[in-house]
Amino acid sequence: MLEKYDYIVIGGGVVGSVITRWLSKYEGSVLLIEKESDICMGSTSSNTAIVHAGYDPLPGSLKARMNVRGNEMWDTLAGELEFPFERRGDYVVAIGEEEFSNLTTLIEQGKKNGVPGMRLLMGDEVRSLEKEINPEVSGALWAETGGICDPFAITISAAENAVVNGAKVMLNTAFEDFIMDGDRIIGIKTNKGDFGCRWAINCAGLYSDVVMHKAGVRPEFKIIPRKGEYFVFDRADITVNNVLFPTPTEKGKGILVTTTLHGNTIIGPNSVLIDDKEDRSCTTAGLDEIWEGAQKLVPGLKRKHIIGMFAGLRPYGNGPCKTPGIDYQHDYIIEIPEKVKGFVNLGGIESPGLASSPAIAEEVVAMLQDAGETLKVKKDWNPIRRSRPRFRDMDHKERERMIRLDPRYGRVICRCENVTEGEIIAEIHSPIPATTYDAIKRRTWLGTGRCQGGFDMPRVVEILAGELGVSPLEITKKGSGSDFLSRPTKNVEGK
Amino acid sequence: MAVKELYDVIVIGSGPGGLAAAIAAKKAGADDVLIIERDIELGGILLQCIHNGFGVEIFKEDLPGPTYSQRFIKEVRALGIETMLDTMVLDITPLKKVYASSKQHGFVVLEARSIVLAMGCRERTRPMIRIPGTRPSGVYTAGTAQRWTNVEGYLPGKRFVILGSGDIGMIMARRLTFEGAKVERVLEVMPHLTGLTRNYVQCLLDFDIQLQLRHTVKRIIGNDRVEAIESVKVDEKWKPVPGTEEIIPCDTLLLSVGLIPENELSKKAGVLLDPRIGGPIVDDSFQTNVPGIFAAGNVVHVYDLVDWVTEAGYVAGNAAGEYAIKERQKETGSITIQAGDNVRYVVPQMLDKAHLTDKPISLQMRVINPIEDPVWVEAHDGSNLVARKAERYVRPGEMVTLKLRPKHFDDVRKAGTLTISVNPK
Repeated sequence: MLEKYDYIVIGGGVVGSVITRWLSKYEGSVLLIEKESDICMGSTSSNTAIVHAGYDPLPGSLKARMNVRGNEMWDTLAGELEFPFERRGDYVVAIGEEEFSNLTTLIEQGKKNGVPGMRLLMGDEVRSLEKEINPEVSGALWAETGGICDPFAITISAAENAVVNGAKVMLNTAFEDFIMDGDRIIGIKTNKGDFGCRWAINCAGLYSDVVMHKAGVRPEFKIIPRKGEYFVFDRADITVNNVLFPTPTEKGKGILVTTTLHGNTIIGPNSVLIDDKEDRSCTTAGLDEIWEGAQKLVPGLKRKHIIGMFAGLRPYGNGPCKTPGIDYQHDYIIEIPEKVKGFVNLGGIESPGLASSPAIAEEVVAMLQDAGETLKVKKDWNPIRRSRPRFRDMDHKERERMIRLDPRYGRVICRCENVTEGEIIAEIHSPIPATTYDAIKRRTWLGTGRCQGGFDMPRVVEILAGELGVSPLEITKKGSGSDFLSRPTKNVEGK
Repeated sequence: MAVKELYDVIVIGSGPGGLAAAIAAKKAGADDVLIIERDIELGGILLQCIHNGFGVEIFKEDLPGPTYSQRFIKEVRALGIETMLDTMVLDITPLKKVYASSKQHGFVVLEARSIVLAMGCRERTRPMIRIPGTRPSGVYTAGTAQRWTNVEGYLPGKRFVILGSGDIGMIMARRLTFEGAKVERVLEVMPHLTGLTRNYVQCLLDFDIQLQLRHTVKRIIGNDRVEAIESVKVDEKWKPVPGTEEIIPCDTLLLSVGLIPENELSKKAGVLLDPRIGGPIVDDSFQTNVPGIFAAGNVVHVYDLVDWVTEAGYVAGNAAGEYAIKERQKETGSITIQAGDNVRYVVPQMLDKAHLTDKPISLQMRVINPIEDPVWVEAHDGSNLVARKAERYVRPGEMVTLKLRPKHFDDVRKAGTLTISVNPK
């Protein structure tokens, strides 16, 4: 018999995971499906990790409304889900007089969007606040509500909280098609079988166009992946403590110099339209472009301090803005389409999608209520998800106590980021079990330091194999096909 | 093993530098020497270097890495040097406190009179040389692949391309070939070999593995696992030469593109580094700018031969041992020895408590007046008699010796001042 759910969320990025968490508050069953081996492997996995204040999107767009509302929801959410989030503000830096005059336009736009706490700073002020900045800085827009976060942490903690509240998460489960009854969606087909549902929610990110087309919705809508490349620096060598945007151009928000929650300076992204939705490769031209772009803000960057590089894809869509009189073709789509029943359709949720995600979840819930869903809060709903111990963040006393409690927290596996065996094992047995190397990396930050996993990799493979009760040969970096090892030594090929 | 709180010398790392340093420190007279090692056994990276080529200078023998290190491990055991294995040092302070963590010992705080940094080096990685392309599984540093192959017993791939003609890369080319894997190519961006010629001959030439100088990896191809790499020739300015690109199918790219001294702990201890090499600035005894903190081996700069690392370890360890002894003397203080009744002078005038171990200490003196009858030569701590001996007579022309023996040492230690007197019986 067909397994039936009230809601099926297609896609386990930040938007899908936060929506699943929101829905798990209410009576009714929820299933989140994700085609990859872990949640948080698409656009959410590789971006600038910024919770935007909201002065960038065009006033009147859905993007602007979601951004500003989403931003103000982060403190509460971070408190409930215990994920790290720092509202340290951000700067849009102007170099030269012409750029400075553009800041006024930006601040006006921010005001229209309802962004609080913006202020213009003069060059001297900026120089005194950030020692690494280009001395030719003429001023900056300061937005106090800007924040930095760990995109993995919000996504994983939201999905975990949903699971604890009864939602189901299925990984390695790829959407194939809808099961229709006339104009009503009654289920989905996946590589893992068919599932029935009353509502399907399209959170497929880069593939949101493919999913909506299967429902016969918006055939003209198209996602064009917009690639951005990044460099990560060793925090021992350089620390830019602030979020520094350049003055934006028509190409986007431009190449930033910012910091991660872990104190690593990162630079990027550029913006290149490509065809392939899986092409997260770095290119020589792209890396050169971000290098030059970042130098404009912080001329003292040195190539020898680079310890990481990656590329991400933004799901850049052609959704028209619904506000009358505004000609804008790259807005978010968040809708219950008229011609298909049982479908919540999201599309084109690119940056600032991370910042917007709680607002998008709130919006989806409101739409469902408008559509007649009687959402009743579960009696035993628990909004709190506890964070797990992090050896790196403990002082000496706490470390001593933790190791006495569980000696596995005494064995340091990642020397650069100080991640212990105890933490790795806790992630393997968490509500959404980490079963690949990268899944552990996303949850613990292991392997992201200056040795890039050279030390920890064989040890993590061994721990994973031990905990999962499989051979090390079966352990992968990021799911099927990405194995680390080919065969035991002293074996003849094929035997 | 009981963990003490204070050691004469703590050595961080048990590779060739650390082992030699611990041995030399002990031989220099340091009593409590401790090696802290993050792996589950002593030996460091030598344990995964199962090829030969070690010991030619020191032992006049051509040994594999584990055999070479075993000789030093045996000596460490024989000398009674303490070890803490599977233990990661997290922090060192300029006052030589060492914070470490392990499953077995928990979170420990130790203090040392001197420290030898012997953390070795780490491998340069893909982002450091900024190789474009995808980020699949199958891109490993040569050392990581070596650990998998030689320690864990797994081959990390079937078809390899190796970037860099460093020694580990060339040695892995041969090792993987032995195991039945195919090494398609070794690429080197420089116009010359970066490793030893003997490795080129024994590891590449003898196995028909092609080395391409002035070539590098233009990009990595494959989303899940490496599927191929694109190689390209570079000109005199290291710029890719258009039209020379070649797609080489493979499932693994090994990187042997240089080593960097591992000095994160050194920095925490306030040790100044030479920016050109990334290792501490040291004097001829390998002492850093922080008094009592020494450094030995690849943590200082990357050596070509392990034998020279061992030699450096000896020098640093010896100096660290001597430093520790001096420190101990300063800390434990000394006892003043003064002349009492009928004594003109006593040598030595001071006694180091640290030297009150298992050997007698001779106090030599001259008397003021002759006594031709039997006398007591006595050492007093106030009214407490610490030691004495009888003499048939004493004369100013003849030196008198009083030996303090280990049985006296408990009393000696309690004394602030020892007074030596010579009186008729």
